[in-house]
Amino acid sequence: MTPHVILRVVSKFLIPLIAMFAFYVQFHGDYGPGGGFQAGVILAASVILYALIFGLDAAKKAIPPSWVRIGMSLGVLLYGGTGVATWFLGGEFLNYSVFTPDHPSHGQHYGILAVELGVLLAVASVMVAIFYAFGSRQPDLTDEDW
Amino acid sequence: MDILSAYPGWLIEHGAALLVILPLLMGAITAIMPSERLSWVTTMIVTLVLTVTSFGLLLTIMGGESQLYRLGGWDPPHGISFVIDGLNTPVLFLISAMALLTTLYALPSVAAEVEPKKRPPFYAAFMVGVAGLIGMVVTGDAFNVFVFLEVSSISTYVLVAMGASRDRRALTAAYNYLILGSIGATFFVIGLGFLYMETGTLNMADIGRILADLDGGSRVAMVAFGFITIGLGLKLAMFPLHMWLPGAYAHAPSFVTVFLASTATKAALYLMLRFTFTVFDPSFDYVITVVTYVLTGLGIAAMLFASLQAIFQTDARRALAFSSIAQVGYMLLGIGIATAAGLSAGYLHLLNHAVIKGALFLCLGAFWYRYGITRIDDFAGLGKMMPWTMGAFTLAGLSLIGVPATAGFVSKLNLVKAALDKEWYWAATIIVVTSVLAIIYIGRMLLTAYFQSPPEIDGEVVAKNEAPLMMLIPMWFLVLLSVAIGINADLISDAARDAAAVLMSGGS
Repeated sequence: MTPHVILRVVSKFLIPLIAMFAFYVQFHGDYGPGGGFQAGVILAASVILYALIFGLDAAKKAIPPSWVRIGMSLGVLLYGGTGVATWFLGGEFLNYSVFTPDHPSHGQHYGILAVELGVLLAVASVMVAIFYAFGSRQPDLTDEDW
Repeated sequence: MDILSAYPGWLIEHGAALLVILPLLMGAITAIMPSERLSWVTTMIVTLVLTVTSFGLLLTIMGGESQLYRLGGWDPPHGISFVIDGLNTPVLFLISAMALLTTLYALPSVAAEVEPKKRPPFYAAFMVGVAGLIGMVVTGDAFNVFVFLEVSSISTYVLVAMGASRDRRALTAAYNYLILGSIGATFFVIGLGFLYMETGTLNMADIGRILADLDGGSRVAMVAFGFITIGLGLKLAMFPLHMWLPGAYAHAPSFVTVFLASTATKAALYLMLRFTFTVFDPSFDYVITVVTYVLTGLGIAAMLFASLQAIFQTDARRALAFSSIAQVGYMLLGIGIATAAGLSAGYLHLLNHAVIKGALFLCLGAFWYRYGITRIDDFAGLGKMMPWTMGAFTLAGLSLIGVPATAGFVSKLNLVKAALDKEWYWAATIIVVTSVLAIIYIGRMLLTAYFQSPPEIDGEVVAKNEAPLMMLIPMWFLVLLSVAIGINADLISDAARDAAAVLMSGGS
């Protein structure tokens, strides 16, 4: 029987819900409070909870630090790349209307969706990276020390 | 303009945004690059494109055309706009060109000073820093200024801390800089908050217009001005707020010191000009009082005390760092005079000092690279050991003092003239006195280098070992530029006069 079994069972149940809530906040950001930043923090919180309960090594196996580093850059590139795409379509930087010239408001919608995904990726990766960086400084607590 | 017609139209049209976006995105890509050489080549290409683009923009400005770039296609008071005008374009070109020159220098210098594993992220942080500096100069939105200020500052803290593999004191220096820089940014953003409360807008031109209608605004605008002045004062190392600077310059990797010394405080000084003269207006009582008494007073204090402190330093980089604080004093004096002549002299000194101090720090970096020298006492015999580098150092040093036929002379002469026009004879005297102080601290280094023989190790005189070509090229380029400005300053003083004209007309 492993220690703190209640914590493990409850968090195993909660982590997917937290991650799902993150995506709710992300995609509902169009209509209500929310968006990439908040969603990114919530998504990162689910990873951090996993690391707290199951140990940093398990978390690093699930989300390797190398992915986190690439995620940080990829998020920025997704955001900036959207702007570069609008450049190539002949508009100003981040002028999403050029995505669908016939119906500019749709273009605005797609554009902000792509940009917010970039924000989600960057914020979640950075939060996890900060946690990994601080968490790796100290050896893990052994179960007896709890 | 002939050269301008060679530019593709989109480069000029979208140039303002490209200057910020390109280094930002390439920084993100460089951060995950595996190879050091590849990341250096990328940085080189990016800075080259930046230089070419900002040069094109400079040409359009000299053709008398200013630009407004609407990000996302949204019109100014609501959307964020980038502005290209006579005031900021020379600073943009300065930042891009210095980035290019220092990147050239970086290959040998970074190889000697930064751990191999950290080099690609190091270049990434450098590019993000460049993007931040360019962003805070190019943007026309006051809150955007704060964002880019933080972008550039945070990457600069990282860059300074990277000096730790050479000198552990870089860590405390970076930490000092972090704390003071954050306090500065906090003051700045509090000021912006007050301004927003007073005017309900964040666009700089719009704030300026509304404040003029409000006749300078209420006490809220006054408090905002105070906070903004102090916040920017911290960033540009205005005299009593300069404590972060000597440590950061002395312990950062040489290449970072060069870049910081010639661009970071300059960009903050540009913002000070922008906010004091175009967002606020010297016709408001509280603004002209602060400009005439506080900025001038602190500028004079910086010129005297920082020059004196520079004389008593044992570390060459610290001595030059204190000299930088003194030179900021000259620029503040130019602002304090607050006439078109004074402003253009201050602005001219901003550009010239970037060239001169860049060259001097490049030389110091080369001394360290070859012989590990940082203390002035160890300069003994450098005139024989590294004749070319020491030659460049001498010419740049003379320019810093203000010897005729150098850039330093041109800007100091203009400053003295402006002070005399305003009948501030005491200010002119102090400029001369502090130039004498500069002779002492530069002279001390030159005397040691030329009139003492090289040290002997195990009975053998240390051999001559000149800096590599990649260090000599940027160094001599800046030195020759400084001499060229000294001989014929028409081009650069025209730019400074245009900038002063933008300031005096309140930004329109």
